[in-house]
Amino acid sequence: MKNLTPEKKIDLKELFKDLDKYRPRRKGWVWREHVDNLNMFKFNFHDCSKPLKNSIGLPAAKYFDNIDPQPDCVITSEIASGRFEDDIRRMRMAAWHGADHIMVIRTTGQSHIDGLIEGTPEGIGGVPITRKQLRASRKALDMIEDEVGRPINFHSYVSGVAGPEVAVLFAEEGVNGAHQDPQYNVLYRNINMKRSFVDAAVAKKIMAEAEIFQIDGAHNANATAREAWAVMPELMVQHAINCMFSYKCGMKKENIGLSTVPPTAPPTPKMWYDLPYAVALREFFSEYKFRAQQNTRYMEADMDEATITHVIDTLISKLTKADIQSTITPDEGRNVPWHYNNIKGINTAKQTLVALDGLMEMIQLKNEGPLRDKIRELKERAILFMEEIKELGYFKAVHKGMFVDSAEYPERNGDGIARDPEGGVAVGTIVEKDDDYFAPVCHQFGQEDISDPCKAIDGCTFCRPEKIQFIDELDESDTAHKRLEKKFEDDDKNLTSPEVEWHGDGTVLITLFFPENEEIAKAAAVEMGKKMNLSNVEVVNTAPMHPSEGTLVEIKGKSDIKIDKSKLYIPPKKEILPEDVIRKEIVEKGVKVVAGTVGEDEHSVGLREILDIKHGGVERFGIKYRYLGTSVPIEKLVDSAIEYGADAILMSTIISHNDIHVKSQKRLHEICVEKGVRDKLILIGGGTQVKDDLAKKAGVDAGFGRGTKGIEVASFIVKRLREKK
Amino acid sequence: MDLFEEKRKHLKDLNYKQLKERFWELASDITQPLVDFAKTHTSPSIERSVLLRMGFNSMEADAITKKAVEASLLGKGAGNIVLKYAKKTGLSYLDAGKKLIAMEDADKEMKTLFEGGSKR
Repeated sequence: MKNLTPEKKIDLKELFKDLDKYRPRRKGWVWREHVDNLNMFKFNFHDCSKPLKNSIGLPAAKYFDNIDPQPDCVITSEIASGRFEDDIRRMRMAAWHGADHIMVIRTTGQSHIDGLIEGTPEGIGGVPITRKQLRASRKALDMIEDEVGRPINFHSYVSGVAGPEVAVLFAEEGVNGAHQDPQYNVLYRNINMKRSFVDAAVAKKIMAEAEIFQIDGAHNANATAREAWAVMPELMVQHAINCMFSYKCGMKKENIGLSTVPPTAPPTPKMWYDLPYAVALREFFSEYKFRAQQNTRYMEADMDEATITHVIDTLISKLTKADIQSTITPDEGRNVPWHYNNIKGINTAKQTLVALDGLMEMIQLKNEGPLRDKIRELKERAILFMEEIKELGYFKAVHKGMFVDSAEYPERNGDGIARDPEGGVAVGTIVEKDDDYFAPVCHQFGQEDISDPCKAIDGCTFCRPEKIQFIDELDESDTAHKRLEKKFEDDDKNLTSPEVEWHGDGTVLITLFFPENEEIAKAAAVEMGKKMNLSNVEVVNTAPMHPSEGTLVEIKGKSDIKIDKSKLYIPPKKEILPEDVIRKEIVEKGVKVVAGTVGEDEHSVGLREILDIKHGGVERFGIKYRYLGTSVPIEKLVDSAIEYGADAILMSTIISHNDIHVKSQKRLHEICVEKGVRDKLILIGGGTQVKDDLAKKAGVDAGFGRGTKGIEVASFIVKRLREKK
Repeated sequence: MDLFEEKRKHLKDLNYKQLKERFWELASDITQPLVDFAKTHTSPSIERSVLLRMGFNSMEADAITKKAVEASLLGKGAGNIVLKYAKKTGLSYLDAGKKLIAMEDADKEMKTLFEGGSKR
C-alpha cells in the first residue's frame, strides 16, 4: 500500500486488498515522547511532546507561526458511527488534529453475543468488532500514523460474554488498548458474575501478554447513579477491585488505567466536589495510570455548555494528573457523534492543555483546609465501603445491592443495582476444571506451572501468527463493500454531497433565531426546514433567549442534492506572502496609498476594513494611507495620489448596478494614463461584486471582492512593487 | 453523631500512609477469593479462546466447544480434547478438530478419550 499524501483521500479499494495477509507492525501501547523545554516559535513549552510531521493547529495558530504544540498526555477520540469504512476517514481527520488514541465503541448488543462476529456488517450506535474490521482499521491507522508522524493507539472493548476470545482477537490484530472490567458486565450488562470474573482472568492475562493497556469501567457508575457526586467513595472501590484483580491476573500496574470522570457539572460548584475526589483518587492509585474522561452525565443538546464543562474537566486533569485525556464530542447528548464534532472535542482538550502548559510549576494545591478535609473524608468512606464488602464477600455484596446506590456511603438509599450470583446472562455456563485440564497455548491464566504449553501443538498463534485464520465475510448482503458501492459510484461521476457520519448521508444542521416563544419557534423552525426542501426535519436544540422575545433553534434535516464537482467555479488561489516579509518590505519602501469609495455610494465599511489596523487592514503592515471618504470623484483620487506621492490607489465601489464598478475602474485607468501617472501607480479596485479578471480587463492591476482581507491587498502591493523595480 | 462519624472511629487516627495501606490490603483481601475461583474454573468463551489460539477459526472453535459442553467435558479443556483425538486417530490436530465438528455423535467419541467422562 502506498503512503498517504495530504492532498489525496485514502484509497478504500486499496485498503481492502490483501487484508488476509496483513499483519500489525507492533503490539502494545505507546505513550507520547515528552520533550524537555520544547521551543516553538517564540515560546517555551514545559508539558509538551514531540511535534507532529503533519497536523492542523488551532484556529489562532496562524498568528503564532502556525505552531501546533502537542500536550504530553495521549488524547482520545471515540469514533464509531456504525460503518467503520466511513469512520476511517474520520480517524485520519482526528489524527491530524492531535488524537493518538482511537476508541471504537461496539455495536449495541455485542456484549451479549456469546462468541465472535465475522465480516463487516453495519452496526447500531457502534461498530460490530470483527477480525476484518479490526485488521482494516489497524492497516489504515498504520498509514495514518506514518502520515502524521506519531504512533496511534487503537482501542476497543474486552467485556461481555466473549471476553477471552475478544482478547485473543485484539492480541492477534494489534489492538493497543481495551476496556476490561468484570464489574461492568455484572452491574450494567447483567452478565452472570461468576462467568464474568472467570472470563476476565483469562482475558486479562492475554491482554498482559499483548501489552494491551487496560481501562476500567468504574466511570459508568457516575453516568448511571441519580446523584453522581454521591458515588465517589464507591468509585474508588470499583477502581481498586479491578486494579487489584488485574494485577493478580498478571498485568503490570503501568498497563492498568483508571477511567475517571469529574462527577459534577455547572451550575454546581464543581470544584468543591470534583477536585478533592480527583486528588484522593490519584493519591491512593499512585502506581496506576489515569485516563481522564470528560463528563457526559449532565450533557444534553447544548454543545457550548458541554464544551465549557469539558474545559473545566480538563483543568482538573491539569491540576492533578492525566496520562490519557479522553474527549467527548460536544454533540453526544443529541446524536451519534458527527465527523467534525470529534475534531471539536479533540481541540477542546488540546487548546485547554496547551493553554495550561506548565501551570503546576507556578501554583500548587493547598495541603490544608477544605480540600484536604474532603480528601480525607472520601478516603475513609471508601475504606469503610471495602470493609463491608470484605465481610460479605464480593458476590454477596453485589447481591445485596451495595453498588451504584445513590447515597454517599455509609449512607444508603436502597436503590443500588442488585444482581444474583446464580442469575443473569450466561448463568450456569462455567465449569470446574478437572485435574487433567490442559490448554495447549501460551499465557493461559491458571496454568503458570506448565512450561511451554504450546509445544504440544508446535506453536500457538501468539508464537506463530501465520496460523491465524482470516474469515472474510459471512453475509454477502451486509458488507462494507456493498455499502461502499454508492460512494464509488459518486466518485466516478465526480459528485459530492454533505455528510456528518456516512458517505452521502445528506445531513445538514441549520441554526435559526425566531423572535417567538419556544413552542412557536420550534414549530416554525421545522416548517422552515421543510420549505428548504429538507426531509426528516428534527429540532435538535432550543435555547430560550427570553420567555417571549425570542428562541434559538437548531434543526437537522436531510438533503438529496448532489453537487457535480466538475461544474464548480473555483477561483484561482492567490498566493499570499508571509506577514513578516510584507511588513519588512513595506517599511523599507515607505509605501503609501490613497483610498476612497467612488460613485454615489455612502458605504465605507468594506474599505475601512481593508485599511484600518483595528480590522487587520493594510495599516497593520506599515502602509500609510490617505482616506478620502465616500462619493469621491475618480479624478480627485488620482490628483490626491499624485500630491501625496502614493504608490497605489484603492478604489471601492460597493453598489454595482449597471456594472458601475467596471466602468469606474476603466475610468480610473484612463485618467491615470491621461495624467501620465499610470506606470507609477498601482490601481486596485474593490467591492462586493468585484472580480479580479474583469477588473484587470477594465485596466486596473487587480480586483478584490467580498471577504477580502487586508493582508491579501498588502501582499499584492508588495509583489507588484517588486515587479516594478 | 451522623453515621459516618460513628463508623470512622477506628480510622480517624490513621495517618495517610496507613490509610493507603489499609485500602490496598482490603482490595487484596476482596479480590483473592475471586482470583482463586477463576483459577479453578473455565467457560465456553475461554475454551473457544484456546481453540482460536490453536489456529481454528471462530466458527470451528464454537462448534468444537458446543460438542465438548454436550459431552460434559469442558473441564478437560477443549484444546485438550482435540489433541487427544488427534493422537488417537493420527490426524493433524486441525484435521482432528474438523472431523469432530463433522461427526454426528462426537460427544460419545469424546467421552471415550477420557474413559468415562468428567470427574469432579
